[in-house]
Amino acid sequence: MGATVGSALGRAGPRARRSLRVLPAVELATLAVLVAVPFILSERAELITLMTNVVILSLLAISFDLCWGFSGIMSFGQALFFGVAGYLVALVGRDLGFSQLWGTLPLAMLAGGVLAAALAVFLLLGRRAPTSIFVAFGTLTGAYAAERLVAGWQYVGAGNGLSAIKLMAFGSYEFVEGVEFYSVALTALLLVYAASRWLVRSQLGLVLAGMRQNEERLAFFGYRVQVFKALVFSFAGMIAGLSGALYSYHQGFTGPSNLGPGLSTTAVIYCLFGGSGTLIGPVLGTAAIELLSYVLADTDAIRQFWPVILGIVLLVVVMFQPTGLLGLVVSARERIGSFGVRRRAR
Amino acid sequence: MALLEVSGVTKLYGPLRALDGVDLRVEAGTFHGLIGPNGSGKSTLLKSIAGAHFPTTGAIRFDGADITRLPPYQRARSGLSLKFQITAVLAELSVYDNVLLALQSLESNWSLLLSRSRRRLDADVMHALERFRLVDRADDLAGELSHGEQQWLEIAMALAPRPKLLLLDEPTGGMSPEERRVTGELLMPIKAECALVIVEHDLDFIKNICDRLTVLDQGRVLGDGTVEEIERDPRVQEIYTSRV
Repeated sequence: MGATVGSALGRAGPRARRSLRVLPAVELATLAVLVAVPFILSERAELITLMTNVVILSLLAISFDLCWGFSGIMSFGQALFFGVAGYLVALVGRDLGFSQLWGTLPLAMLAGGVLAAALAVFLLLGRRAPTSIFVAFGTLTGAYAAERLVAGWQYVGAGNGLSAIKLMAFGSYEFVEGVEFYSVALTALLLVYAASRWLVRSQLGLVLAGMRQNEERLAFFGYRVQVFKALVFSFAGMIAGLSGALYSYHQGFTGPSNLGPGLSTTAVIYCLFGGSGTLIGPVLGTAAIELLSYVLADTDAIRQFWPVILGIVLLVVVMFQPTGLLGLVVSARERIGSFGVRRRAR
Repeated sequence: MALLEVSGVTKLYGPLRALDGVDLRVEAGTFHGLIGPNGSGKSTLLKSIAGAHFPTTGAIRFDGADITRLPPYQRARSGLSLKFQITAVLAELSVYDNVLLALQSLESNWSLLLSRSRRRLDADVMHALERFRLVDRADDLAGELSHGEQQWLEIAMALAPRPKLLLLDEPTGGMSPEERRVTGELLMPIKAECALVIVEHDLDFIKNICDRLTVLDQGRVLGDGTVEEIERDPRVQEIYTSRV
């Protein structure tokens, strides 16, 4: 009977689907380049510094991508968690004389995660499901308010911020700018990447993929959608906190702009430029924008107006290539992926 | 005690009275049809039962508990499942993943994070796809299915969590006659598993599969009884000869 009806309805048989997988290749290539950086650029200290910034800011971009690209939460407040964690490690160093990375980096993650969870209670876990606009404005307001608050608070250096931050240390070894600091930052990025990849490829990741397409449908399956959003938002807050702590240590300075809407928006641009909804997209976006900025700013002919050129490039990509640079080589099907046990066989 | 008891439910949209004191009883293991002209309140009633919106007045009891003010996810967890009128498959996910998503909805968040049930649920997913004749399309995107196949996928998804009561809103809408016939064949075996409330415009289809019918008109219950009783009811005949 089944075969008869199937034929009657013209149902297609099993299809052989080409399984050209671009994403793992891009991930491996990026990993190879990042691991090779200390060897290739060992004589160029300023480029090691630049690449360290790329790696640290990639963490911030990934934290935004987990919110927007994977969970549909438009957060303009990732810098809030970044900046608060940065101030926290600076203050712990200044007031307690403690800067051991095994203590301060987890503390920074905890601070970012707890702050994000607290914000999620107000923005995401109300009686009614919030709109994207409400969450965007809520996070934006939080970042703006925090920036204004620290700009007027003498204890945290007010508008001048905190400088001469105690160096990040492991035992008696202190990390200054250079290959060693880069290695710590890269290790942090790889661990965060692996954990995030685990999350988005898990069955919980399937819930996130469903949520992005139709939240209401998932509620009728029995999913409490806002709880999943709050969980991812808190996890993303932890990552932003880690990024902020590393950034403060690396710069030796933190200031009000590190927790304001400006940096939050930069993280959005990193992510959209590289390709949201993939974990490697934000890393590539951060690298592309930072390297482009570096090259343009260092080119005599355009030194005066390079920000304008950069702005136009960003505008063109975001408007005409909404899936970002990665969208040029990765299909939507591969970006979303499959979640069943048979996905490798298919 | 009935599995579902709707008592005096009224739903107002501003001045519009979409439902006006509706009563409905659905017994376990029965197929119950909701019929009536366009705008009679069938879909509104179904959505009130599923929790898409709360009734203005009245009460809804399901499996002995008052669910009138429960959000949709809690109703789903208590055994209510809804198939929307407009197909709401997740077009960018594979057919397999759509069913897996529905099936794993009762797992804990921790279990989902650790993907503990992925392997265990595989057989259930394939069984659901086989049952609705979609196993050959498991790897295709849900958005690539024909309209009829999307409707079957939606029913498979709604049935996947083994609900006590399945609410189907126009499951054969937009289907060809052959697809309607197949849909009827696919639905009959589920009677052994759960009760069904179905909204449908195709009277022949609904008469063939339902045990009881409730007729709605202008937000009110016009008649309620077995298929034969409803067919003999002159008020129902008047509606269907003069207005439908």
